[in-house]
Amino acid sequence: MPVIRVDGQDYEVEAGGNLLETCLELGMDLPYFCWHPAMGSIGACRQCAVVQYQNEEDTRGRIVMACMTPVTEGAIIDLTGDRAAAFRRTVVESLMVDHPHDCPVCAEGGECHLQDMTVMTGHRDRHYRGTKKTYRNQYLGPLIHHEMNRCITCYRCTRFYRDYAGGTDLAALAAHDHVYFGRHREGTLESPFAGDLVEVCPTGVFTDKSLVHDYTRKWDLQSAPSVCTGCGVGCNTLPGERYGRLKRIHNRYNDEVNGYFLCDRGRFGGNHVNDAPRIDYPARREADGRFRALDQAACQAQLADCIAGKRLAGIGSPRAGLEANLLLQRLVGAERFNSGMDDGEHKLLQRSLSHLVNSAARNPSHRDIESADAVLVLGEDLTQVAARTALALRQSVRNEAYRLAAELKLAPWQDAAIRNLAQDRRSPLHIVSAGSTDLDDVAAGHYRLVADDQARLAAQIAAAIDGEPSGDAAVLRIRDDLLAAQRPLVISGASAGSAALLDGAAAIANALARAGREAMLSFTTPECNSLGQALLCRDSHASFESLEASGAEVLIILENDLLRRLSPERVEALRERIPIWIGIDSLETGTLAYCDLVLPAAAFTETEASFVSQEGRAQRAFPVHPPAEARRPGWQWLLALARAAGNTALVALEHFDDIVPTLAGEDPVLQGVMRAAPDHQFRSRGLKIPRQPHRYSGRTAMAADVSVHEPRLSEDRDSALAYSMEGSAAADRPAALLSYVWSPGWNSNQSLHKFQADIGGALRGDSGGARLLDELTMPAVAEAPRPEAFRRRDGQWLLQGRHHLFGSDELSRLSAGPAERAGRAHLYLHPNDAQSLGLAEGDGVTLEGCALELRIDASQVPGSAGYAVGYPETLALRSGQWVPLSVASDWQRPPQVIGSDREAAS
Amino acid sequence: MSELPLTRNVRADRSPTDLAAYEANGGYGGLRRAMAGLAPGDCLDIVKDSGLRGRGGAGFPTGMKWSFVPMENVSPGHKYLICNADEMEPGTFKDRLLLECDPHQLIEGMILAAYTIGADVAYIFIRAEYLKAAQLLREAIAEAKAKNYLGRDILGSGYHLEMHVHASAGRYICGEETALISSLEGKRANPRAKPPFPQVSGLWGRPTIVNNVETLCNIPHIIERGPEWFQGLGLGGDAGTKLYGVSGRVKNPGCWELPIGTPVREILEDRAGGMEDGYQLRGFLPGGGSTDFLVDEHLDLAMDYETIGKAGSRMGTGTMIILDDRTCPVGFVKNLIEFFAQESCGFCTPCRDGLPWNAQVLDDIEQGRGQLEDMDTLEQHVSYIGAIGNTHCALAPGAMEPLQSALKYFRDDFLRHIEERTCPYREVH
Amino acid sequence: MSEQLHSLPAETLTLSDAELAEIDAEIAHAPYRAAVAIDALKIVQAHRRWVSDDCLEALAAYLEMPPAELEGIATFYNLIFRQPVGEKVILVCNSVSCWIKGCEGIRAAVTEHLGIEPGQTTSDGRFTLLPITCLGACDRAPVMMVGDNKFEDVTVERIPAILEQDEGATPG
Repeated sequence: MPVIRVDGQDYEVEAGGNLLETCLELGMDLPYFCWHPAMGSIGACRQCAVVQYQNEEDTRGRIVMACMTPVTEGAIIDLTGDRAAAFRRTVVESLMVDHPHDCPVCAEGGECHLQDMTVMTGHRDRHYRGTKKTYRNQYLGPLIHHEMNRCITCYRCTRFYRDYAGGTDLAALAAHDHVYFGRHREGTLESPFAGDLVEVCPTGVFTDKSLVHDYTRKWDLQSAPSVCTGCGVGCNTLPGERYGRLKRIHNRYNDEVNGYFLCDRGRFGGNHVNDAPRIDYPARREADGRFRALDQAACQAQLADCIAGKRLAGIGSPRAGLEANLLLQRLVGAERFNSGMDDGEHKLLQRSLSHLVNSAARNPSHRDIESADAVLVLGEDLTQVAARTALALRQSVRNEAYRLAAELKLAPWQDAAIRNLAQDRRSPLHIVSAGSTDLDDVAAGHYRLVADDQARLAAQIAAAIDGEPSGDAAVLRIRDDLLAAQRPLVISGASAGSAALLDGAAAIANALARAGREAMLSFTTPECNSLGQALLCRDSHASFESLEASGAEVLIILENDLLRRLSPERVEALRERIPIWIGIDSLETGTLAYCDLVLPAAAFTETEASFVSQEGRAQRAFPVHPPAEARRPGWQWLLALARAAGNTALVALEHFDDIVPTLAGEDPVLQGVMRAAPDHQFRSRGLKIPRQPHRYSGRTAMAADVSVHEPRLSEDRDSALAYSMEGSAAADRPAALLSYVWSPGWNSNQSLHKFQADIGGALRGDSGGARLLDELTMPAVAEAPRPEAFRRRDGQWLLQGRHHLFGSDELSRLSAGPAERAGRAHLYLHPNDAQSLGLAEGDGVTLEGCALELRIDASQVPGSAGYAVGYPETLALRSGQWVPLSVASDWQRPPQVIGSDREAAS
Repeated sequence: MSELPLTRNVRADRSPTDLAAYEANGGYGGLRRAMAGLAPGDCLDIVKDSGLRGRGGAGFPTGMKWSFVPMENVSPGHKYLICNADEMEPGTFKDRLLLECDPHQLIEGMILAAYTIGADVAYIFIRAEYLKAAQLLREAIAEAKAKNYLGRDILGSGYHLEMHVHASAGRYICGEETALISSLEGKRANPRAKPPFPQVSGLWGRPTIVNNVETLCNIPHIIERGPEWFQGLGLGGDAGTKLYGVSGRVKNPGCWELPIGTPVREILEDRAGGMEDGYQLRGFLPGGGSTDFLVDEHLDLAMDYETIGKAGSRMGTGTMIILDDRTCPVGFVKNLIEFFAQESCGFCTPCRDGLPWNAQVLDDIEQGRGQLEDMDTLEQHVSYIGAIGNTHCALAPGAMEPLQSALKYFRDDFLRHIEERTCPYREVH
Repeated sequence: MSEQLHSLPAETLTLSDAELAEIDAEIAHAPYRAAVAIDALKIVQAHRRWVSDDCLEALAAYLEMPPAELEGIATFYNLIFRQPVGEKVILVCNSVSCWIKGCEGIRAAVTEHLGIEPGQTTSDGRFTLLPITCLGACDRAPVMMVGDNKFEDVTVERIPAILEQDEGATPG
């Protein structure tokens, strides 16, 4: 390890890094703007200047940019000396020449990296006497607010948006001191990662519109570690709350999962806890069909009334935590517990699980995925289904660039140089899908096939890797690319609904492992706890049909809208067989209308829960704030139900932490969930860990409109976190309990490096969740029959679902901004098929009783029809279904609601 | 008078030399010699031995630059030679002469340079406003192609080269070689950090050499006549001839090829005819708008890289801009700083935001709104912006050169503006 | 307040065959289509005098590149016009050699003769006046260009004849 001298002191440091990250790792305060730990160095802002000396005799030295200077043995630098400090101060003064003094009304204020760096460099007195230039801002859609006057031209936004995330509609425009970051025309930022600009921008150019409109400063936000409920990826989030409202969701760093970035579904898709209709009180349905609220005593009585001595059945939920599901499963008995998924989905997940467990290929984290040097995606439009995984793949295709760079001895952090060197040379990514995908722009090849043909192709690739001859050019090309790689990765999932496709993916990965490659195999999962449910029900799962025949008298439905999974007719049928329904949910779903008793659950920001991600990583979400009114966490309602049922095994449970150890005693894999986070008895320096930063203000006055007495602090009996600003906020507190990041002088999210041992590496107090599958054993599944090759049928079209980041999941469309982004569902046809039907773009098409607007799309396989999955108007449609299509008579294009906040701009 | 190879085909009326005339005067002799029997390594040795230094301003030894291009174990793909004909340095008008009067000389030089480094594609990056030159070059390339000086299997040597003209869309920064490469790739002309140097990762990530017009025009003569001949052309330590120019209030502004190392006084008085009547010399920028002022005491210095460098300036492009006694030095510097601020690519902070700030201070002083502490700000800017390495490329440090030397030689003028709250040259001018 | 908009079918601008032929000739020796972005902008501008928003979008589609990126390129360069210009663009050099020789007076004379400030176009659409950096003819300062022609040793007195009769023009 090289030794460098900083301000006269010698340090032994890691080789290969640059001076900036090295100094930061040494705990020094060296200001910077354009460098980003995930994006490397370009040397634009010139803020991280230090003086470097050639040798001990050199007394003059020269100013170098720390971010652009490699660590070398014996390097001598001066960080705090006058010359370097004066230079850095003048850089900030130059940046401030045009920066508005609007901090008091800026949504970045209080967590602004520019503020921090200005203070850090000591710039105070302004010498520039000229006028400031001003810009026109752009309308960038419902999620992001634009304020160009604040821009300091660090180029981070376009580097993230375009270079890192592959976005195309944000660019640096104009030149000299008129450089402008915007779109070529006003309009919605299209990238699914646009929201990351909020955190990437070191000042307030790009801000979160929902926060701007419902503003609270960072220091007034109460926050707790959480996990995104938007999909199965399990990104770590940091929701912030005040006055009982979710104000915003920020990224919570986890080096193995989401790193520094979230997708927009995750960032903006949580506002349903504020916006969507919520239930505040338990209620009973009266004879007239209306619900009447119950007080606590009445509720208790009702519960007992409903279930004491009755035969119970339960439907769990892949969007509820593992603990609540486990409780329900034990309460009703495994044989009458449905995981919350229909049978088809359940079987696909069991199959995925079995493949992951039995494959010699590694089930990769995102960090592993980024290291893949050849990738095959089978049947998934990852950007829509597991967006963060797609972002990881965008990094993996750059491994070829890093290989080229290594030949020239360029360090990986030399971002611009490596992009210039590699140009469009990428590691191979092959995508097999039913239509175009958002990763096509970086793909070496894409193959448009319906699901059955995807599975057939996968089987052929696997056979070819095993040495079977093939005359198919696609098969050979994919085989050759995968075999040429050291760390090939195969990704598939349940989106295509094909068991044979999962088998094919596993077969390819296994063949690659047999061929001596460090193969990786990953499957997406649809919801935040889908895999947890699969684990929970791997030995026993009651299908919806078997529930009908179970003889149960009471059905308990945990946080599940059955109408998204079953037709109304089938829900009715189930309703007729089971006389009493109890619904527990935070949202007012259609399913609750079928229930006799409705219990208001806490939302994801109000309850503790563990979710198992697609990687098999159990991660703990903590409540950000206590639930209001009579809302209670699902697991607490289930304990109340257990007491009402007189279930002696369950009534002894007291804490959240008791659930898994007590109930999963015989299951070592589920026991692993306990490793996801420290339990409620954990203390840091003997203290609980505060959710509120120490500058949290107005605590005694926040409720003064109701009562002038200082309200009692809520107590959190179930976790090591406190609803308070008191406690220990030590930098080495466990990552799973990192309720906010802040460090003296570093008020912005850039303070994160103070919590990392190595920049971009694991957090100091490690534990980024617990990988469960490594210890799991499961029997191998029998291979699914190989499907017939696709042949088009006259007058019928094979439906193939298309997923949308906004709109295909249950929750994101419940927030205003994402709902606007979701728009309405479309049907997709190949141009020839549209022509044969006499249809044009924008026409209405009727199928299965619904009418959808047509999009003509050359990527649609002829003879098949794509449809937007998961939209209210398409819930009845299933991938793989053959349907006739007809022209919708009297079709009127539905108006599009946009620009919900246009008036703010005018 | 010694030989003047670069301008031997330049006529008084500046009419272009066509292929026939060029050949008649021995043109393409260097190429024929190389194709008949010189290996690329031989050519490289000749150019190295000649002592030719880049004529674009920086004066880097040309042969050494070429020697950094990898010749063995190169991954398959193109190598590129680029001629930098983006002449936009204020006060510089030398390359235009060579482009408009003798395009084949440049083309021959480029073919030889490309051959030496193993490039198979060559570009001439020419500034947008040089319309006539661009047209002449396109015609000349077609002529050369017809005679198999370009294209496949040049003169039966087995060597292939295609050549294209790219006309810029106008940006001074394109003259910086890495910015030029960005621009040639069809992108915003932001300069690139070095390393990696273009010689290993340049145009489209491939090995690339960028040379100035005048540099390349020397090559045919060096290859044909040899390094000793070329070294014999110079007067002092440097080899060859140089295009020198003078603009400003002199009797006979113009551009002349002279032995490199010709004394400043000789250029100024013998060639440019001395100052216009009624004007006195106060100082001069020896080599374009981004070189430090020199003054009277420097008139007897030789115009070569080392001598001018020792005097505290740079020979730069060799085209002098004369500051006379009736022109305001503050206004002079302000004009230059405004140019550089306007032409900043906007990439790095000191240049993008520092130069406009500096221009605003100079404007205040020039308009009589200056304050004494503005002098400190200007000095501070010189150290903040003026050192290579403080900024992403050399544009802003270059911009500071006239200012820093003006603060040294014409400090009283700045102070008079501040004290008198007006420009003392205003009535005179 | 929500606003309901029916999105209108965009009127797509098509590039002319002549433009496409010239652009194709550039693409023929480029490694990828977007690499000719600057040449293509200049070609389109040569045909249309300026590059409109619609034109930019059509060109971006033809070059298979995002319009935002093409806009970033178009707005970077001084001589790509994203606003309408007159039949002839007047470029008056304002760099130092011409400044010494009185380019400010030349500029003022043009303004007086045509009634337009820098950046403006005459109401009859004949001329647009723009400042330009050093034109590389400093020995003949002051220098200006009108359209494709260059004028050297310009004097205030010559301005009307230069503008109206191209008197003393040499090719640019």
